[in-house]
Amino acid sequence: MSILKSREMILTGAIVVLVILIATRFPAFVAPSNLAAVFNDTSPLILLAIGQMIVILTKCIDLSVAANLALTGMVCAMINVAAPGTPVVVILIVAIALGALLGMFNGVLVWKLDIPPIVVTLGTMTIYRGIIFLISDGKWVNSHEMSGAFKAFPRAVLLGLPMLSWIAIILTIVFFVIMTRTTLGRAFYAVGGNPHAAVYTGIDVGKTQFWAFTFSGALAGLVGYLWVSRYAVAYVDIALGFELDVVAACVIGGIAISGGIGSIGGAVLGALFLGVIKNALPVINVSPFWQMAISGSAIIIAIAVNTRAGRTKGRIILKKAEAAQ
Amino acid sequence: MSVMKKILSTAAIAAAFTGSAAQAEDMRIALVVKALGIGFFEAAAKGAEEAAAELGDVEIIYTGPTDTTAEGQIEVINSLIAQGVDAIAISANDPDAVAPALARAMQRGITVISWDSGVAEEGRQMHLNPSSNPLIGNMIIKLAADHLPEGGQVAVLSASATATNQNIWIEEMNKVMGNYPGIEVVATVYGDDLADKSYREAQGLMQSYPDLDAIIAPTSVGIVAAAQAVADAGKAGEINVTGLGLPSEMAGAIESGASQSFAIWNPIDLGYSATMIAHALATGEATAEPGASIPMGRMGEVTLDDTNSGAMADPFVYDASNIADFVNIF
Repeated sequence: MSILKSREMILTGAIVVLVILIATRFPAFVAPSNLAAVFNDTSPLILLAIGQMIVILTKCIDLSVAANLALTGMVCAMINVAAPGTPVVVILIVAIALGALLGMFNGVLVWKLDIPPIVVTLGTMTIYRGIIFLISDGKWVNSHEMSGAFKAFPRAVLLGLPMLSWIAIILTIVFFVIMTRTTLGRAFYAVGGNPHAAVYTGIDVGKTQFWAFTFSGALAGLVGYLWVSRYAVAYVDIALGFELDVVAACVIGGIAISGGIGSIGGAVLGALFLGVIKNALPVINVSPFWQMAISGSAIIIAIAVNTRAGRTKGRIILKKAEAAQ
Repeated sequence: MSVMKKILSTAAIAAAFTGSAAQAEDMRIALVVKALGIGFFEAAAKGAEEAAAELGDVEIIYTGPTDTTAEGQIEVINSLIAQGVDAIAISANDPDAVAPALARAMQRGITVISWDSGVAEEGRQMHLNPSSNPLIGNMIIKLAADHLPEGGQVAVLSASATATNQNIWIEEMNKVMGNYPGIEVVATVYGDDLADKSYREAQGLMQSYPDLDAIIAPTSVGIVAAAQAVADAGKAGEINVTGLGLPSEMAGAIESGASQSFAIWNPIDLGYSATMIAHALATGEATAEPGASIPMGRMGEVTLDDTNSGAMADPFVYDASNIADFVNIF
């Protein structure tokens, strides 16, 4: 626990240093309203990183999140066009349910057919994008076709923050409770940390992985609606390649790709770290040719610092031998 | 649905065939499109009918496959050869695959031109481009400058830093900057044709240049995202988002006031011009050779380059006054 704590502290420190560095080039970046805007912009990444973290904890990976997001977003947009009067609550339920269903499909393939998760989700990633093409005929759903209420929900301001930010904050707390205080939450850690031991304690490894994919899918579905509504456009290629940002956020956040290690706080901070970089690059005036290299280097440095801090010292068994050296 | 369309289109061709037998002196021009049922091409057909009405003795056969395949177009071309039409104006699904069939049509004395999406040189007499790079480069800066009589700061939001067409248009734009005194391009940023990155870049522009007056986005993803970012920032009316976009995608931005106007080719004009050119070539009024000028009715005339291709006109400007007519077309 103390390692996780310190890992998060280091990451928080890195984000603060990063923000200060950016402020020296562009002072307006640290204005509270701008920081709130950065958080709001990063909210979709935070939600997806939480889902991805759960999947990675169980020694799996979900590469289909961005495609799931795009498909669910397109379905929500098309429902809105077909029935403009549909309340946003219904749209939200549909988004979460459809997302969960798409996640379950991944889960079943991993659980029942024992196919490696990277293969399953690479496949479903393409399938989901293909389905968007099928249902939309490759056409866009545009801003003027969406109803006012559909577009207004993530923008609605409550106590100074947009709904999008509130959803990220609330779900972060909810998942923190799930991961630390429920049997299922602990099972995710157990399955990834030591699958054999997990089996002996009566945990069904496959079933736990199935639930991890379901959570990840549900979050991706929710973000699908929020994304389409925020950018007021839905088409086949939305959020193309975003799954890599999500995995990067998890890795930066100290979630071990080998499973079993990680925390909600880490995932959120990892996402925020990426979010700060993404929002800072347009204003600090660096060549677009350097931007990718800069964000890549920042990711590597963050991970390097993180893993060094997280490395546990080997236990010394023969103290005498060590003393003799 | 596609079977239904096929039956209908076959019926349409058959009807056109029997219809023309009655009045054999009419010139028959076939407008072959990438696929039937696409708003853009339906609009082009409307323009072709307009040209036919103007010319008087022309009958338009609007046809194409039911999906965008070269094989489907070859079938259509073969059936048009069998019918002995006078001219074929095609927007090709593949520049090379349809060329042999079209070359056969030319051997039979049929005038063949391509428009919108070209055919290899051996498969057509000339090609009509909707516009040209210099015209587009000039148009995008003109769109911004027209709303800034006092001059002002503009920024360019492009697709990726390596997108060839974007870079050529921006280069052409920079060449004519001298004609627009007082307009200053303060930055060029890249949204990679991703909605979220373009949105963020537009936000960044607004932060970095508080006095920004216009954002020029010559990319359909970028212009929509930038307009949304400007509207969300409450700066609609203050910052004008313009560039190249499609009416259906930009209707919301025009409505919100984030965009005053934008441009893209007009499919009606394109169908009209293609028909006019096909008529002029088929009647022998003009010949397709490098350097030749071919009349296009109300669209002026087109001058052919070394590859026998020419540009129709400036991109067409869409704004609040005409967007409603085009929003359901493309």
